[in-house]
Amino acid sequence: MLRYIGRRLLILIPTLWAISVVTFIIIQLPPGDYLTTVRARLSAQGDGSLGAQELARLTERYGLDEPVLVQYWKWFSNIIFHGDFGDSFDFGRPVSALLAERLPLTITLSVLTLLFIWAVSFPIGVYSAMRQYSVGDYSFTFLGYLGLAVPNFLIALVLMWISLRYFGMSVGGLFSPEYRDAPWSLAKFGDMLAHLWIPVVIWGTAGTAANIRVLRANLLDELRKPYVVAARARGMKKNWMTIKYPVRVAMNPFFSTIGWILPGLIAADAITSQVLNLNTTGPLLLRSLLAQDMYLAGSILLISAVLVVIGTLISDLALAWLDPRVRLRY
Amino acid sequence: MDTDTGTTAGTDLSAGTTTAKDTGTAKDTGGGTTTGNGGTTTGTERVRPSARPHNQGEEPLLRIEGLHTHFSTPDGVVKSVDGVDLSVHAGRTLCVVGESGCGKSVTARSILQLVDAPGRIVDGSILWRPNGHDPIDLAAVDPDGEEIRRIRGGEIGMVFQEPMASLSPMYTIGAQLSEAIRLHRGVSKEEAREIGIDLLRRVGIPQPENRLDVYPFQLSGGMCQRVMIAIALSCNPALLIADEPTTALDVTTQARILDLLKDLQQETGMAMMFITHDLGVVAEIADEVTVMYLGRVAEHGSVEQIFTDPKHPYTQALLRSIPTMRHGRREPLAAIRGMVPHPQRRPAGCPFRTRCDHAMPGVCDVDAPPASRFTADHLTYCHLYSHPGALPISPVPDRVDTAGGEPAHPRAVVSTPTDADAPTDAGAHTDARAQAPATPLLEVRNLTKHYTLGGGMFRRQKGVVRAVDDVDLTIHPGETLGLVGESGCGKTTLGRCIARLLDASSGEIRYREADGTQVDLAQLHGRALQKYRSQVRVIFQDPFSSLNPRMTLEQIVGEPLRVNGLASGSALKDRVARMLSRVGLRPEYMPRYPHAFSGGERQRINIARALITEPRLVIADEPVSALDVSVRAQILNLLTELQEEFGLTYLFISHDLSVVEHVSDRVTVMYLGKIAEQANTADLYRRPHHPYTETLLHAVPLPDPNRRRTRQERATTDDLPDPANPPSGCLFHTRCPHASTQLCPTQVPELRPTGDGRRAACHYADELTLSGVATDD
Amino acid sequence: MTQPFTTGGPSPLDGPGLAADAESALDRDEQELALASQWKLIWWGFKKHRLAFVCGIITVLIYLVAVFAPFLAPYSSSAHNADYTYAPPQGLNLFDDGSFSPHVNGYTYEQDPETLALTFTLDEESTVPIGFFVKGEEYKLLGFIPWDRHLIGPKDYDGQPMYLLGADSNGRDVLSRIIHGTTVSMSIGLVGVLLSLFLGVVLGGISGYFGGKIDTAIQRLIEFIIAIPTIPLWMALFAAVPDGWSQIQRYFALTVVISLVGWVGMAREVRGKFYAVRSDDYVTAAIADGAGQTRVMFRHMLPSFTSHIIANLSLSIPTIILAETALSFIGLGLQPPTVSWGVLLQEAQNIRAVSTAPWILIPGIAVVITVLAMNFFGDGLRDAADPYKN
Repeated sequence: MLRYIGRRLLILIPTLWAISVVTFIIIQLPPGDYLTTVRARLSAQGDGSLGAQELARLTERYGLDEPVLVQYWKWFSNIIFHGDFGDSFDFGRPVSALLAERLPLTITLSVLTLLFIWAVSFPIGVYSAMRQYSVGDYSFTFLGYLGLAVPNFLIALVLMWISLRYFGMSVGGLFSPEYRDAPWSLAKFGDMLAHLWIPVVIWGTAGTAANIRVLRANLLDELRKPYVVAARARGMKKNWMTIKYPVRVAMNPFFSTIGWILPGLIAADAITSQVLNLNTTGPLLLRSLLAQDMYLAGSILLISAVLVVIGTLISDLALAWLDPRVRLRY
Repeated sequence: MDTDTGTTAGTDLSAGTTTAKDTGTAKDTGGGTTTGNGGTTTGTERVRPSARPHNQGEEPLLRIEGLHTHFSTPDGVVKSVDGVDLSVHAGRTLCVVGESGCGKSVTARSILQLVDAPGRIVDGSILWRPNGHDPIDLAAVDPDGEEIRRIRGGEIGMVFQEPMASLSPMYTIGAQLSEAIRLHRGVSKEEAREIGIDLLRRVGIPQPENRLDVYPFQLSGGMCQRVMIAIALSCNPALLIADEPTTALDVTTQARILDLLKDLQQETGMAMMFITHDLGVVAEIADEVTVMYLGRVAEHGSVEQIFTDPKHPYTQALLRSIPTMRHGRREPLAAIRGMVPHPQRRPAGCPFRTRCDHAMPGVCDVDAPPASRFTADHLTYCHLYSHPGALPISPVPDRVDTAGGEPAHPRAVVSTPTDADAPTDAGAHTDARAQAPATPLLEVRNLTKHYTLGGGMFRRQKGVVRAVDDVDLTIHPGETLGLVGESGCGKTTLGRCIARLLDASSGEIRYREADGTQVDLAQLHGRALQKYRSQVRVIFQDPFSSLNPRMTLEQIVGEPLRVNGLASGSALKDRVARMLSRVGLRPEYMPRYPHAFSGGERQRINIARALITEPRLVIADEPVSALDVSVRAQILNLLTELQEEFGLTYLFISHDLSVVEHVSDRVTVMYLGKIAEQANTADLYRRPHHPYTETLLHAVPLPDPNRRRTRQERATTDDLPDPANPPSGCLFHTRCPHASTQLCPTQVPELRPTGDGRRAACHYADELTLSGVATDD
Repeated sequence: MTQPFTTGGPSPLDGPGLAADAESALDRDEQELALASQWKLIWWGFKKHRLAFVCGIITVLIYLVAVFAPFLAPYSSSAHNADYTYAPPQGLNLFDDGSFSPHVNGYTYEQDPETLALTFTLDEESTVPIGFFVKGEEYKLLGFIPWDRHLIGPKDYDGQPMYLLGADSNGRDVLSRIIHGTTVSMSIGLVGVLLSLFLGVVLGGISGYFGGKIDTAIQRLIEFIIAIPTIPLWMALFAAVPDGWSQIQRYFALTVVISLVGWVGMAREVRGKFYAVRSDDYVTAAIADGAGQTRVMFRHMLPSFTSHIIANLSLSIPTIILAETALSFIGLGLQPPTVSWGVLLQEAQNIRAVSTAPWILIPGIAVVITVLAMNFFGDGLRDAADPYKN
């Protein structure tokens, strides 16, 4: 087991490095370099003299007059050693400060979504497999297909429209207008919860649908295995036996959701967050991409890719802990 | 008397058991009637099953009457079990025997209500009467109810075919064992663990304390089956149902599991219902036998009645079709023609009539045959004994020597011009070849195939498996060289290296062409190798995966001609047609796809593909091991005939010693990648020179209840050593009953001549007197 | 001794009574089954899957709409009428006073004196006669056949307009624009999938065929690409597309970007199948027959996974359609005046617009129906893809 963890950690290093390279390439992708963009912005503000100074500082900071490899190293080492992701010219602030504002909420939402997915897909998946071809199974299967077919942002739009139209309230954002700037209180917390479930449900649909499908298929496979009959031949109760033996094996996909749900929400559902007007990193990424604010965009990409890697690591370890076949192979 | 064998363990188990009711008539192997049949050396006597009649008036423990278990599928109802009657008496062993698809497993599962949807018991009763209580009809109880769950595992234990897959990989065997114990016995966790350790010791698992905490996938198949038996026995069941418990195991492991089951039965007095397709196993373990065919009972009787006085034509034909290790001469086997029809197209009347040589038109195809009773417990369902005017057939007078071309069974053999002389010819050839070896067709020298384990990024190399290690072989033209060994011994790898389907790590494969020149196949590549692909051919084991389902018969069989440019167009078509009819398939089948054919027919296609290039050497890799007994005989006969006709040379690879004995002129025994022994077939089977050969031979159950094996002294483990970490010195010393403590563990024995042109790799080959199976009676 | 009851009469060529009995029982169906090729078996299996079969028909119909969009749509994608901003959908009435005379009701409107916003109501009195194969705006069918007939439309092209699914902010017919959007949305799915297929088959094939170090390298690459969240990567790559690019260039840039990320799934599938098939005995048998590498590859191996690849393809198309919709919706994909479902949904970005004119969400329904149908279709195809499973 220890060796397994060690091996997984060792593989992490080249992967993380490769991610940084790709991110750097993406940062370099847009036509025109960073300086031109900044210069244009500064001259638009009409501040010529200060601009020259500022430009010189930035050139030094990012090594803009040096070869690409040096630029990469400057960018990479600043992140590694100083936690300095560069500046967002769009906001005129350090990227790290912008991220620090938004990451906590994003991660909270991700974890809540993960819990939602598990809580909903587990009972439905088990039910569907054990009552294969029943009316309930067909309905859930159809709902699952539907969940995969409807784009998240469309659900968000429809939900917002319905609540605006029929309840006259805005469900966007995390707080009702009256609490937006109010200090934290129990009432504000309650208001937040009232708003929170919407993004969680919206984000959860696709994941839940996918999880149900996988769990159902896996469980159906497991139920046909000889050890199931053998366990029943021992006199075990059917339901308890199902939970104890095949379900435990079929649970594996649950852990792989950790791998993609955490980072996915940071960036992937930028569109939904935008629609719902949430202060998560998603809309930030979107805005930075549209404005070609590449250090900000690159940093968000980098962080979400790193989180994928970490999430995958966590799910692999969880799997190894759960499944002796994985654990003992190494 | 039943308790004295159980004194070392299981006091806890025998205490409180109520099943030993019938102990007065319990087994008695010790005082058995030993038939000294020449083998006077250690543990080679054959023992008759002791006469232990059950009390006739007594109600059986389990009585199944008119059981119908059907599966409703979208394509119609499959009547897997369609009117089965059988009974199991307390303390006795009933073997249910039949070919695949005859409904024996479904019958067993019906007893415990374990038939999964869409299967359902539609009719019949299963009366269960433990301890003489009022009977419970198991067919009528709720399949998920309290009552059946109390009986499952508590009163009736069950063991399955695939031991590894029958245990959950997620829990330790200790957890699964104590769960079974605690389900039916109100004991604490600690007590359950103690009982579990005892049980594991009783089923012969060394160091049971440590084994409790391992997972099933860390154990061998044999060990897993012992664990399954321990679980089944955990609550002292009155009946143990064993569904093909040894089919997936090697022959040596099978022998030890059978021994174990017999011992445990003797200890506890439980009854056994043992399901198998292997008549050898039946003869070994049964008291009574029920023969099933297509969801119905064909015949029922005591094991001796079934083997010496079979009444039903199916039973007779089955017994004739098995190759036995008793005669030195090679004769065609008596095969049953055709194949078992799908249960959905069960013939009306008697289900066997379409394959029966004695079927009476207007009788057998009209009514299902009624039971004809010969003695109190010997009965058969056949019109020959009940229809007025039918001439009852005589039981096979001497089933050993009437095989093959007997006129009474004209359809049993493909008639060929040489057929009449075939048996004697074959014998003569064998002798001639044995005495004057011609220039060899193939000489394998120092052939080695190593696999590296592990590796990859950040992974340690775990070592090397010597799948084939420094092997020498010689094959003479026209002979059949048998290659035997347990699974994992490297026999298939060796065959594939010779066929150049795998690249050997080192060594030579010297092949002699028709003009006498020798080439080393191991050195050839590309076009140069291609040329020999049509001279050295392979027959594969799996008749299903070895034929491309997307190609027609014509394309499959014609492929070697096409790619080698040997024929094309209508010439190719003609040759395919001729080849197909030669292997017993109609040429009209050419445009058909393989999915239209059964396993036996597919194996014929496989043979046609191998032989169409007119090869000189054919490597047959377990060609019959996937086939049912009756079909197996057809294929073996076909292979023999084709050898005569085309002058073929066979390298015949098999794990089945009786099949190898039947087809081979000489036999090579492999163990862990090395050759243990080589000899002429008759010599090897009569008197092996290597202890491993002896172990193998003694492990094979003979289809003759009068020649049961006695228990032998065997090594403590039935596990093959880890091939990646083989033992030092003689590879077999860890399991060898004759191993010395100094020489064997340290020094590797050479494969050296041991007289009569034989070779053996044993330090003590000259000193030891080992016994085989073939007798000169 | 006694005659077996084979009705067919055993042929002299029959071996030991082999298959003679099976033969007698073989009816025509089984003859047909025995002669059925892989594709026939797949077709039979697929037909049994009723829902998938129906969804397959729907998929085909949607593609037909994409091909014949200009004919099927009453108006061109750019036809607008500022007088009818956010006009609500009209119901199509087939009968007027019991006689067949398809028509819609015309609009009356009130203007809010302060906001100048128009509120439309349907006028039961006025009727706009509707005809089939009516003359309308000229277009080029399939890109080169000039024509001016439309399947459905107001009989008087220059008279009152017809908005079966309502109008958008510029008074453009939502129905027509959805129909025109089908062309772009569906073709992006197809082109993107074919590009992915090309990359996936080439790299997956290389990986599977050569194995060893090359395989390891490609596997690492695939694992790495999978580690990067897809949609942000698409967004980032597409953000780099210069503003000055033409619609066609943007279209191809988008498909390339999507398939650059999408090929990994295909490559994994191909490689996995390749390995599975390569270890099958019949491939070994082909090698033993003396077949060369190319023949083993193309004659023996490829046919056994083409059906899987096709099924996989049909399941990838909806993913790409969803991706295009999302990217265009947010403004990072296609831009007006190109019409795709995603572009149409851009109108719905403003929740106020949605509450005024909910029908601008209808392009979303087109997406859902298409994706749903193609997923069911693809699943059915996948289930039928290996007729030899049992």
